Amino acid sequence: MKLTTLARSLGRWLDGTGPSADIVLSTRVRLARNMKDVPFTHRAREEQLAMVYSSTVTAVRKTPPLSTSTALQMRDLTPLDRQFLVERHLISNDLADNAKLRGLLVIPDESVAVMVNEEDHLRLQALASGFQLRSAWEAVNAIDDELAQDLDYAFSDELGYLTACPTNAGTGMRASVLIHLPSLVLTKQIGRVLQGITQVGLAVRGFYGEGSQIMGNFFQISNQTTLGQSERETVDSLERVTRQIIDYETRARDELVKDARVQIEDKIWRAYGTLRHSRVISSQEVINLSSAVRFGVALNMEGLTDVPTLNEMLIRTQPAHLQLFTGREMEQRERNVVRADYVRGLLDAEGDDAVRSN
Amino acid sequence: MQCQLCGKRPAIVHFTEIVNNKKSEYHVCEKCAEERGYSVPLLKSKFSVGDLLAGMVDQTGVGEEGKVGRVQCPRCGLVYSNFRETGRLGCSECYVTFRTQLRPLLRRIHGSTKHVGKSPSRDSVRAALRLEIQRLHEEMQRAIEREEFEAAAALRDQIRSMEGQTAPDPGQARGEVRGEETV
Repeated sequence: MKLTTLARSLGRWLDGTGPSADIVLSTRVRLARNMKDVPFTHRAREEQLAMVYSSTVTAVRKTPPLSTSTALQMRDLTPLDRQFLVERHLISNDLADNAKLRGLLVIPDESVAVMVNEEDHLRLQALASGFQLRSAWEAVNAIDDELAQDLDYAFSDELGYLTACPTNAGTGMRASVLIHLPSLVLTKQIGRVLQGITQVGLAVRGFYGEGSQIMGNFFQISNQTTLGQSERETVDSLERVTRQIIDYETRARDELVKDARVQIEDKIWRAYGTLRHSRVISSQEVINLSSAVRFGVALNMEGLTDVPTLNEMLIRTQPAHLQLFTGREMEQRERNVVRADYVRGLLDAEGDDAVRSN
Repeated sequence: MQCQLCGKRPAIVHFTEIVNNKKSEYHVCEKCAEERGYSVPLLKSKFSVGDLLAGMVDQTGVGEEGKVGRVQCPRCGLVYSNFRETGRLGCSECYVTFRTQLRPLLRRIHGSTKHVGKSPSRDSVRAALRLEIQRLHEEMQRAIEREEFEAAAALRDQIRSMEGQTAPDPGQARGEVRGEETV
């Protein structure tokens, strides 16, 4: 099955490269687009959705960076496969609902993807590792221009790209960074920072985007408005605010280290110890403990592990990933055991490498 | 706590409204909340942007509500009251049909009703140039990673000069007469 390849690889956006990768896990820019002559997804008939899908596939096949895409129809996938794609940040929960003809086109390194027949006909997205708003915007802008050669988008000079929900009309763009802010959480400054973010017109969400929970000190920060501001301006302002937050986080971190270095290091090493030696572990626990270890890596503590390993751990220990990777469905009880094995293996291999290279 | 609106029933819906950076907190009972359109998203079903939007949709002209609610899009058949419930429009034509109702809503959401971003480009030369820029960008990143800074600087200059060709001043482009307005 096609998804096994994805399950065995790890998207390029998880490779831990890019600026500020110890604080910003990833950057994402998506554009919402609709076909001019077809009602929006929730009002369209089955054959219209099929037409959107097939014309998108045809256009994508001609577009250089996308031509190598794998095309997946949600109906052909099992619930586990779809959950896997949600965990991988490639599709939304809405798309995972297979009642309608929905699809995903994604290139092998996962840096660009197109969701078909989500709330809007097309959701083009670019994903990048670390803090790389500009290059993610340029990547998605380029495929948008290419697809516009073949597809007739719903667009008005006054209101821009027309979308099912008026909150997206205009640029149809949502640019976001997934940012890790343990020091601001620990020093209880996070509330004030988040409040500030919403006051400058940006939104804060959880780990899987809209409607999701905040976990492991990860916050998704994105633009709210899509009218009255160009794409470049939106990217620039999100970039400025993100820089500011990185700065706050770094300062809070310095304060923490100054006041309580040993206590902080103890907390981090205990978290590492649990990950390295536990025999039964839940997904939530991995998220929380690996957040502590990620903090240690950001503090340049020696002997822990590295950002790519932590990214791999974060993604691969999620329930559907674990099951696809193991090649069978498992109940939670069994998953918690397999997960602990996997985490130990990952950190052992890492530890051995560190010893060898010393 | 008693409901702030009727003062009779207990307040069970609590929410914060932020308008122009001014925060107001409300504590109301279920009945008053429902009358104001706040209760459905908060008490029942899953909370979504659509629901929230539906709550934001014009509270103005309450007397005319019935009439406005029955306005129907000639292309997709969506009636305005339907949009009010779901927060989703039916097709691109809905933006024309419900223009009067949507304008204040868009202003409230975005603080603007004017698109100033890109437009669909049928200009393949420009698109190709963008792709080339992206490729050079990746090459530059790799050069930086290899610490070949001279090569990276050369690539950066090349990218800058090419970017000049792809991104005309948006103000200029928009100044042109664009034919009939669709909305």
